[in-house]
This record gives sequence, structure tokens and C-alpha cells, in this order.
Amino acid sequence: MAYFETKNITKFFGGLAAVNGVSFKVEQGQIYGLIGPNGSGKTTIFNLINGYFPLTRGEIHFDGHRVSGLKTYQICKIGIGRTFQVVKPLKRMTVLDNVIASAFLHAKSKKEAMQWAEQTIDFCGLDSYKHKLAKSLPIASRKRLEITRALATKPKLLLLDETAAGLNPSESEQAIVLIKKIRDSGVTIIIVEHIMKVIMTISDRILAINHGMVIAEGTPAEVASNHEVIAAYLGEDYRAQD
Amino acid sequence: MKRYWAPLILLALMIAFPWAVNSIYYQGLMILVLMWVAIGSGWNLISGYTGQVLFGAAAFFGVGAYTAALLQHKLQISAWWGLPLGGLAALILAFPFGWISFRLRGPYFALVTLALNEIMRHIATIWESLTEGMVGILVEQTFVSKLPYYYIALGLAVGSIILVDVVTRSRLGYYFVSIREDQDAAESMGINTVFYKMVSLCLSACVIGLAGGLYTNYMGFIDPKIVFSLHDISIMAILVGIVGGVSTVYGPMVGAFIMVAVQEVFRSGGFGLLAKLSAGSPLMTSVTKFVSEAHVLSFGLLVIFVILFLPNGIVGDWENLKKAVFVQRRQSA
Repeated sequence: MAYFETKNITKFFGGLAAVNGVSFKVEQGQIYGLIGPNGSGKTTIFNLINGYFPLTRGEIHFDGHRVSGLKTYQICKIGIGRTFQVVKPLKRMTVLDNVIASAFLHAKSKKEAMQWAEQTIDFCGLDSYKHKLAKSLPIASRKRLEITRALATKPKLLLLDETAAGLNPSESEQAIVLIKKIRDSGVTIIIVEHIMKVIMTISDRILAINHGMVIAEGTPAEVASNHEVIAAYLGEDYRAQD
Repeated sequence: MKRYWAPLILLALMIAFPWAVNSIYYQGLMILVLMWVAIGSGWNLISGYTGQVLFGAAAFFGVGAYTAALLQHKLQISAWWGLPLGGLAALILAFPFGWISFRLRGPYFALVTLALNEIMRHIATIWESLTEGMVGILVEQTFVSKLPYYYIALGLAVGSIILVDVVTRSRLGYYFVSIREDQDAAESMGINTVFYKMVSLCLSACVIGLAGGLYTNYMGFIDPKIVFSLHDISIMAILVGIVGGVSTVYGPMVGAFIMVAVQEVFRSGGFGLLAKLSAGSPLMTSVTKFVSEAHVLSFGLLVIFVILFLPNGIVGDWENLKKAVFVQRRQSA
């Protein structure tokens, strides 16, 4: 069985199928990209994986556990961390406190939590903001704080939701470096991203979805040349031309 | 070590207070202040740190008070057992209640606590065979002197401040504040938000219930209108928290001083000043009566003032407050 696997996951909001029968497998140590036009269901897939929404149908397995049906905090405990597209910093806490709060998950004492938090902050390059209130951070650092906080829970699988959106080119360059560094530290990553440059350079495999359904899966090169994908992004007219 | 200086000096002053001030009136006021420090601290845990606004502190306060009273009234057990048992009773009430209401987010908890407050008051009023209804319960006071009550109240106040201080610097504190700031983020950080909200509520309820038990012992008389009072207990608890400073350890202490003082100034018509002025004048007599009845109105004005100028309370905005005073002095110099 694959390290992480979704089987036919489906989510209905009323009569609307936001995610419809999506199955994919992620191997350990991969960076797995998730692409699709706006509203295609990428974030919903994340919300299903981390238990924010209950599944309508289907199953999710991770590292020998059945994830579907568990509560969000339990899913975090077995090793799936996530960041939010709309960042959710704990505004009236300092960056350090933000990270300590999540480092407590696998720490027995406050001392241990603080040490691990400091390490994680250093790893992610947020040391200069350590004692600033989270609400005072610029957007690039807030996104970085999201990652830091998720990492502090010692995840084995990290779900990154549009970490490079809204960043300028040099900031997204730094984000790529950080994501690779996280992968090299042994964390498997599933990433949703709109910026093609980011996702094409770092993903090992990519899943493209549209209207909640899979339209292509494969290496970045395969997916980029897939007709369905081009049609989904650029419209039917472009397909007609080639 | 510096962190402990100011509190220790203050503690020493508080211990010395009854010897310095012999007046029974002021000693009585201080006992109320200390009781409110405990209630405010309890309120602060669930509402200030965990962000779940408790609108019905009186429900827990009253249950604590009635536990103490009923122990003596029905079972002839010393009402002092009502202190620990009152805390326990409040906790037992909080448990199922939190378990149900914390599944929802948003303003529901606040509204449901408001309802709980009223439900408890009606139960205490209607269940006459148990609680004597509106007649109330008289409990024999143990001590004639105020001193024992004063030191027990001081112990409770200090205990609750230490509890808040210890809790908020531990794992619990970090989890509580995370829940306040963002429940979704907290969940995905691996925090069982329902469970930790329950822990916070139970701690709060326990402290408030203890204060209720103390009230019965000190006052010697309770009835549903007093201990389940919405404006004199529940709203007052919120004000103590807000005026002093939400989610600060020492905020409720400052808030309790100010709120009890404000309440007393109005209740007594400016410590009898208005009564003196009005001697002989029927108009001023009715004004005096109006002022003492309007103390709840002053709460409203105070809240508006605090929210406008000190949104983080006196302790929370202490640095700004100091700066403002300092700058003004320099300008006038």
C-alpha cells in the first residue's frame, strides 16, 4: 500500500460535487503537486484530508492508519500537518508563542516545547521575527509562520496550501528553497499552488483536477503537455488550435 | 526574581491591612474586593484566555453559595465545607453544560451561559422544599470578627491569581490562547479544542464556585435574587475582567478594586456625601435615592469609557496609560 492514498474521495455540498471520486497515491519523500483552476476543489481536498470536512464517500489512508473519520486534531497527531491558504496566524501571540503552542503536541515539558520551537523557527528562517506579534508580520512571513507552525507538530506529511500565492518573485524563490529543505529533512509534501513556475520546479508528480475530478496525473512534463489540462486552464479554443 | 517583587510587596500590604485599618466597614469592603478578585480570575480564564465569553458567572457562584448554605441548612454540616464542595458542585454543573455547548462555536456559549444563569435562578426560586425559595437561607456566621473572613478571602484571591499565573504559563495556557485566537488553526495544530475549552470552563467554574461558598459563609444569608443576580454577579464579573484587563494575570485584581469601589460609591451615595448635602431638601433626597439605585447605569458608562480609551483594560494598557500621564505632565511643566 502506498504511503498516502486517497480512494475515491467525494464531497458534496448540497447537490454540488466539490470533489468527485478523486484517487491518488503519494510515495514517501515525494513532493506531490495539486493543480487546477480556481474553484476546482484543491483546498476542499486538503480540508477532507485533514478532517475539516467529513467525507461524503471514499477513504483516506496514511502510513498504515485510516485517516478518514478521525478528528482534525487526531489527524495532526498521527503526522499530517497543514497550512491554510488564507493564513491563520494566532494574531495576539508572538511568533515564538505561536510555534511553542504547536510544539507542545509532541513535547513532554515546556522546556522541550520551547527548544523545539526555537529550532523550527531557525530552520524556517523566522528568527528575526521571533518576538514580534504575529499580526504585525508581512504576508510572506505570515505564510512562513504557517509552515513553521505546521512543522513544529513534527508532521510526516505536510499539506501546503498556496504558500507562494501573493509573494513577490524573490519571496517565492525563498519559499521554494524552504519547501525543498523540508522535503530533504524527510517530510513528504502535498502542495497546492497556482504559480506554475513553483509547482513545476519542485513537484515530483502532479495531479490536475477540474470541477472536482481528476483530469491528469503524472510527472510535471506529462501534465503540462496534457490537452485536458491546457483546456482547463486556457479554455476550449486553445485545444481546438493544436 | 524581579517579577515577584511587586506582587509580594502588595501581598504584605494586604496581610497588614486589617491591622492598619480598624474600621469594620472598610474591612468588609476589602473582603468583597478579594472575593471579586477570585471571581474575576475565574472569569478571566474561560473568557479572557480561552475567548469563550461567560455571561453567567452567577450560575456557578450561586451553585457554590447554595451548596454551602444547604449543607448547613439541611445536613447540619459546617458551611465551611461548602467552600471546597461549592467549587466541586460548580464544576459538576459546568461539565455537562460545557460538553454540550462547546460543540458549537461563536456566540452560542455566551448565550447559553446567560440562559443557564436564569435557569439556575428559577430553580432556586421555585424548588422551595429544597432552597426555601425567595425566603432565602440564613446561615449562622462562625466568626464575629471580620479578620478570619478577611484572611480566608485573601487566601482565595491569592490562590486564584497563582492558579491563573501557573496555568497560563503552562501547556494549558498556550492551548487556551490558541483556541481564542483561531479555533481552526488550533485544531490543525493538534489541539483538541472541545476538551481544552472544557478544562478551561471547569477551572473557571470551580474558582467561581469557591467564591460563592465563601460568600455564604461571610454574608450569612443568601436568596436566589442575590446569588443568581444577572447584573450584580454575572455582569459585574465581566466588568471586573474588562476594566482590569482581559487575559492579564493581575487585571481582575485591579478590576475588582475599581468595580467594588464604584459600586460602593453609588450605593452609599458618595459615602454619605450626598445625604449630607441633601439634609432638609426633599429634592436632593430623591436625587440621592436615584443615584444609589442607578449604580448599574454607572457600569454602562464605565464600560463605554474603558472600551473607548483602554480597550485592553487598565493592566493591559498600563504602558500606554503611563505614557499618556507622563507626556501630559511634561507638557504642563
